[in-house]
Amino acid sequence: MSFLSVQNLSKHFGGFTALNGVSLEIAQGERFGLIGPNGSGKTTLINCISGSLRNESGSIRFNDSEISKLPAYRRTRLGIARSFQLPRPFHTMTVLENLLVPTAYVVHLKDAEGEQEAMEILAAMGLADKAHASASQLSQVELRKLELARAMAARPRLLISDEAMAGLAGAEVDEVLKILFTLNEKGITIIMIEHIMQAVMRFSQRVVCLDAGRIICEGDPASIVQNPEVQRAYLGA
Amino acid sequence: MTYWIGAALVFIAALGAALSPLNEYFFYAGYIVLTFIVLATAWNILGGYAGYVNFGTGAFFGLGSYSAVVLFKALEAPLAVQILAAAAVGAALGFAVGIMTLRLRGIFFAIATVAILFIMETLMVNWRYVGGATGLQLLRPEVMAPFATYTRMLFVVMAFLAVLAVSLARYVQVSWIGRGLRAIRDSEEAAECSGVPTLRLKLFACVVSGALMGAAGAPMPMYLSFIEPASSFSLNWGVSALAMPMIGGTAHWIGPVIGALLLGSIQQIVTVTISNEINVLVVGVLLVLFVVLAPDGIVGLFRKLVKRR
Amino acid sequence: MIFSFDLLFEAVLFGVLLGCFYAAVSIGLSVSFGLLDVPHVAHPALMVFGSYCTYIVAGYGLDPVLAGIILMPAFFVLGVLVYRFYYETFEKRGTEAAVRGLAFFFGLAFIIEVGLILMFGVDQRTVEAAYIGSSLELGDYRIPYRMLVAFGVALVLTIVLTLYLSKTFTGRAIKAVAQDEPALRLMGANPVRIKQWAFGIATGVSALAGAMLIIVGPVEPAMDRLYIGRTFCVVVLAGLGSMTGTLAAGLILGISESIVLMLLGASWAPAVAFGLLLIVLGIRPQGLFGR
Repeated sequence: MSFLSVQNLSKHFGGFTALNGVSLEIAQGERFGLIGPNGSGKTTLINCISGSLRNESGSIRFNDSEISKLPAYRRTRLGIARSFQLPRPFHTMTVLENLLVPTAYVVHLKDAEGEQEAMEILAAMGLADKAHASASQLSQVELRKLELARAMAARPRLLISDEAMAGLAGAEVDEVLKILFTLNEKGITIIMIEHIMQAVMRFSQRVVCLDAGRIICEGDPASIVQNPEVQRAYLGA
Repeated sequence: MTYWIGAALVFIAALGAALSPLNEYFFYAGYIVLTFIVLATAWNILGGYAGYVNFGTGAFFGLGSYSAVVLFKALEAPLAVQILAAAAVGAALGFAVGIMTLRLRGIFFAIATVAILFIMETLMVNWRYVGGATGLQLLRPEVMAPFATYTRMLFVVMAFLAVLAVSLARYVQVSWIGRGLRAIRDSEEAAECSGVPTLRLKLFACVVSGALMGAAGAPMPMYLSFIEPASSFSLNWGVSALAMPMIGGTAHWIGPVIGALLLGSIQQIVTVTISNEINVLVVGVLLVLFVVLAPDGIVGLFRKLVKRR
Repeated sequence: MIFSFDLLFEAVLFGVLLGCFYAAVSIGLSVSFGLLDVPHVAHPALMVFGSYCTYIVAGYGLDPVLAGIILMPAFFVLGVLVYRFYYETFEKRGTEAAVRGLAFFFGLAFIIEVGLILMFGVDQRTVEAAYIGSSLELGDYRIPYRMLVAFGVALVLTIVLTLYLSKTFTGRAIKAVAQDEPALRLMGANPVRIKQWAFGIATGVSALAGAMLIIVGPVEPAMDRLYIGRTFCVVVLAGLGSMTGTLAAGLILGISESIVLMLLGASWAPAVAFGLLLIVLGIRPQGLFGR
């Protein structure tokens, strides 16, 4: 029984088919990489899994129950959390208050306990000193860490990281990668979407490559990189 | 705790004023300003806290007025019952509009509120029982003991509603509900993915907002001794209910109060000394000025001033 | 109420003419709101302003349609300025400013309306032309000439604008910026200038729409309130961004209003547009041809 099971998922936007019969299985505790050129449907797939979008056909099963009809907030409460590709902080709140939303709404903690847990998460992310800063004043790196911290505050069992490292420099990439490894060691299943190949290869146990809404290749990092289909998808025909 | 003491004092002051030999005009004007406090506060619960703009305040307000009239005409219901019924009707309308449009983008909700406004007006224009387009005259008692006039009594009633509305807004703001609404306002998608049941919270805000607006409308026909569709369902209520919180400041419950006191008083002065048209112009100009130059309103300006020290 | 097929046919006929007129007054909003996503609730107010400008210009002896056309360049410039201001103040700052943008246009609409009241009073204004006042007689039916003129102008306007958007380079750039702004940026085009241009066109068209408004009937400053319903109804029913949909939606609205007018009278007609709008929002918010 797999932890997350996506069967034959399809999603259209008007006449455009973003996802065309996508199927994949993810085991509990796995480190899973999702790659593909721009526009291949990665974020759409994530949006369908997290509930931001509704798929038209196919099924999504999480922990052996069908979730494709549930609104996003219920899926978060079941244990699926995600970060956003373009950070979406609650910009009128402080960094700490940002985390108090999931602690209150997902974990149902009162503010006192919520603050304690939030501070622990912020410390692990290296954001503790910014706890009382306004979220609108963070740097790019800090915003991406906030995205992950906020997802973590929901005590997820499955974390989807959507290009958390985009635009970051080498050392920063290592920082975020280390955080993700630590989270995985604690038992959290992680799906990573990234363009930074070396990060995906170092992190993932299994990788799937998407192109034009379809899965074109699936396997371990080494074989994916050498797959001619994948190379063609990225470099063009 | 200090808040509740303050609120009690405000109400006692209103009561005291009504029993004192103060000039009658104070209560005529004061009633309207208090009405605006309720409307602005109600507007802000959905508009300021959650970010959904309501242009059609008049629909809820007018519906409250007409509900009160219907109950008065059919059952000679006392004012308290009229207000409760008006609140219930306002809540129901809020729920209906919300259920239909809160899934869509903010602007569709705003346009839907205008639609409701005009539809309500058309319905009342065509309903003979409430007087159709010409409206109805209402007989109200001259005096209402222990107050010298009926208007004074209405003034006290509206003061009570104002304290109630502000207290409710304050509770929403500081509670977990308020945090969820703020999250929705800042980024609805992220809020949803952080476990916030966005549709439910928005509906809640819509229902509370509608109920308060309806309640504020209930005593109005008694205040005017008259009701008719055009003024009850005017878009002017909408622009005031929107301008006051935006000028006062939308993030805090005191913002709409400040905006209502300020703009409401200006409106009374301008309408009496110049004209009603200039009144609307002043509201429009102030709204645009604040929206462009001081988006956080007077509360925001005050906070900036305090930070500079 | 006497029901007869004759009456129904006349209502439908009138409805078609009215519908085309509604399409023409909404097409500016189709661009500014449908394509550019600007919450332009002041669109009807600008149109009514156009009506009054037409009134002034036509007062010098010019034909109102001509007056409307002459006003178009000035209104184009006005549109560019308004959009630029809106962009710099609100759109640039991101979604936080959505509430403020809406409030801004709402306030603007009121300012325009009251400005018109102060300048012209609340009385109705009309224009005069050869075709206003008389009707064409087709068998048993009488069609007011002014409706035919409005119909003609409306049709031409809709066709020209639709062709412009699909055939010319700038037109297609406007459609592109509506669909994928980042891609357009990557191609080296400046999206802000394109949107500015588009908003200018939408406002310029409003001048001609205003001219037709005052041809079709008397205008008064508060008319913009009713037209918020009609224009947004057409644009939403059409589906945001669809020009041809605007014509179809306009016809649906025009015929519905005309039939309601015939069956229930003038006191119910204002609610038709708003009612239709609510129905569309409730059951099919993407409209007929929405993207």
